[in-house]
Amino acid sequence: MAHKHIDEATGTPTVGHEWDGIEELDTPLPRWWLITFILCIVFAVGYVIFYPAIPLANSATPGTLGWSSRGDLAKEMAADTSRRAPVFKAIAITPLAQLPANPALLAQAIEGGRAAFKVHCVQCHGAGAAGSVGYPNLNDDDWLWGGDLGAIEHTLINGIRNPDYDETRNSQMPAFGEILGNAEIEAVITHVRSLSGLEKPSLAGATVFADNCAACHGENGKGNRDLGAPNIADSIWLYGGDRKTLKHTITYARGGVMPRWNARLNPVTIKMLAAYVHSLGGGEAGPPPVPAEVAEASTRVDE
Amino acid sequence: MSTNSLFSLNSALYEKRKGVYPKAITGFYRRLKWIIMAVTLTIYYVTPWLRWDRGPYAPDQAVLVDLANRRFYMFSVEIWPQEFYYVAGMLIMAGIGLFLVTSAVGRAWCGYACPQTVWTDLFVHVERFIDGDRNAQIKLARAPLSPAKLARRSTKYAIWLAIAVATGGAWIFYFADAPTLFAAFVQGEAAFVAYATVGVLTATTFVLGGFMREQVCIYMCPWPRIQTAMLDEKSLIVTYKDWRGEPRTQGLKRTIEADYPVESIASQLQPKAARTGDCIDCNQCVAVCPTGIDIRQGPQLGCITCALCIDACDKVMLQIGRPRGLIDYATLDDAVVEKAGGTATPVIKTLLRPRTLIYFALWAGIGIAMLFSLGERARLDISIDPDRNPRFVQLSDGQVRNSYTVKLRNMEARPRTVDVTLSGLPGAVLWTESGSRDAASTSVRLALQPDAATKVRMFVAAPASGPAQSRYQIVAVPTDGVPGTNTARPAEASVTFERPEASR
Repeated sequence: MAHKHIDEATGTPTVGHEWDGIEELDTPLPRWWLITFILCIVFAVGYVIFYPAIPLANSATPGTLGWSSRGDLAKEMAADTSRRAPVFKAIAITPLAQLPANPALLAQAIEGGRAAFKVHCVQCHGAGAAGSVGYPNLNDDDWLWGGDLGAIEHTLINGIRNPDYDETRNSQMPAFGEILGNAEIEAVITHVRSLSGLEKPSLAGATVFADNCAACHGENGKGNRDLGAPNIADSIWLYGGDRKTLKHTITYARGGVMPRWNARLNPVTIKMLAAYVHSLGGGEAGPPPVPAEVAEASTRVDE
Repeated sequence: MSTNSLFSLNSALYEKRKGVYPKAITGFYRRLKWIIMAVTLTIYYVTPWLRWDRGPYAPDQAVLVDLANRRFYMFSVEIWPQEFYYVAGMLIMAGIGLFLVTSAVGRAWCGYACPQTVWTDLFVHVERFIDGDRNAQIKLARAPLSPAKLARRSTKYAIWLAIAVATGGAWIFYFADAPTLFAAFVQGEAAFVAYATVGVLTATTFVLGGFMREQVCIYMCPWPRIQTAMLDEKSLIVTYKDWRGEPRTQGLKRTIEADYPVESIASQLQPKAARTGDCIDCNQCVAVCPTGIDIRQGPQLGCITCALCIDACDKVMLQIGRPRGLIDYATLDDAVVEKAGGTATPVIKTLLRPRTLIYFALWAGIGIAMLFSLGERARLDISIDPDRNPRFVQLSDGQVRNSYTVKLRNMEARPRTVDVTLSGLPGAVLWTESGSRDAASTSVRLALQPDAATKVRMFVAAPASGPAQSRYQIVAVPTDGVPGTNTARPAEASVTFERPEASR
């Protein structure tokens, strides 16, 4: 430090190194820069005291303010819950049939249903609600138990073929392998396929159908929603419309099960799920609504 | 001051700011700076208060950056987020404009228009008004603290603070309705972010304009470095013409002696004095400099080319009867020519050279292209997002349905009605979530909200026979457009209809 070389042109000391005649100036910092630097160190010390900072074996030093990112998350979640509360309340007091009369509230219910669907329903019905073999496609216009808002909600609440639950939607197709002979089954397969134009009609099959199937599926195979008996005259097959699949269906019978959601979800969530499923494109108009006071609930909560 | 003594243990650790007390000056460039300051400050403070009628569905503030609703209003132009490339274009124009100005007249941005320069200038004038001119300021700075000094200091800081609050305050009015926000702000009902923004900008204005001043330009700002790199030999920069000024004399008297005819006895006795230059070392160029540099040491980073030293030197040259322009705008090429005794290139020729013309052409080209596209841009837009899961739905009557989320953007500040019509897909019908397939046709009428995107769920059903993917068109035709203008222009989208691969 004692004998510093002073650069002639600038009058500034150099750092003392030299590379091929090139030297580096040791220009002093501006004072404000140094003060800023020291203030940063003071800030850092304060930060270490007030906030979690020094990593320890299992956690970090907690800091005197008790702040944590998990606590922040809890606060934000609580704020969001209270933000959504008025919407949930409005949906709760609005009868399901009245929901379409309030498009803003309906849109919010559909969005809520979309979120709940992703958690509870996609395991069977698929992320896009397109279903798969044995699990109905909820986008189409074919409904086993009814496709208006009320029917969908009823299915959601009570489920289908839940054992030990009286309110559940229930029906059971007999396993015709024990009732009909092989020729009769083959004939009725031909008849069933002819209903949707897949094969030429079979007179023998029509007789078997009228005797054994028409009670539930109807004379024309149009089904019966009270019994959950599918329409077998349309283009939609739950398990498949080829001869092999139909033979299996008729021989051993089918009967899908859906949980009753009133045991797991609150009524508002079920309502929102019904609105969402109804909105997918196949939703049917309900019976004409009975005149009732429309709930005057506030629907706008944000903004 | 124990911290100061601690700091001075090693004197090379830091350097205290050397006080800069610019002397008041009058002249051409000072007047130019006054005008630019008045114009820029007026634009800054007044713009948010200008009104511009857009009807009942859009705000009436002429310039508004509506972050909450994602709209940017600038007089008759309204920009949506997806049109942000106009803002990008403006930034590119600003960049090329800086190239143009810098290659033509050096760091003119620094010297005249930079907010740091303008506000520092304003603060310096306040300082002069309270403390007096340069000498009085130096005297006051050296004087011990007394009630009089305290009074002057607190008056000065109070005025600075008032300017700083007004500056920080004006900023927030660009982001919300100015009169409403002003009322809420003074009543203490504005959002926290408004107070925080004003607080931060007040602090920066006060500190940067009052205390940091030239330190910002020399130590903090990247522009001087960038602009220095953009200068060339043909850029007009503030130049001390050393070939004319050197060697300096110590005062007026010897300069006059120097002008004696060569054959005079005095000059024969003092051959040196015969060759003295025009610079009389009066130090006026240094005294007026807002960054405290000596321009006679040549072009340097600290020079913001505010040209006040030109005014100061011209005044002195007038007094001693020498031609003006010992310090003047000149190019490095001019310097070489003039040193050799030639005549400098005329300014107009220096300005109109290929480099500046190319920059100008680029700058103007982008501007014209943007203006043209602004006039031609569609104010109705449709985008169709097909459901990917499932891509199609088998309907019970054998037909196939595709589902879409349709966004119709009505960028006009009025409600509109459009007919959304499908074509090019035989046997197809479309309907929306509020309609039904039974009543569906190839067209559906939709009401669009003003200045908003309307989101609609749309379904299209068509016979199952056909290719797995068929292209078709969906067009939104305005029913309320003015014929011949772009308000009547339909918005069109090309869509793919998906069917099961193995069609029976």
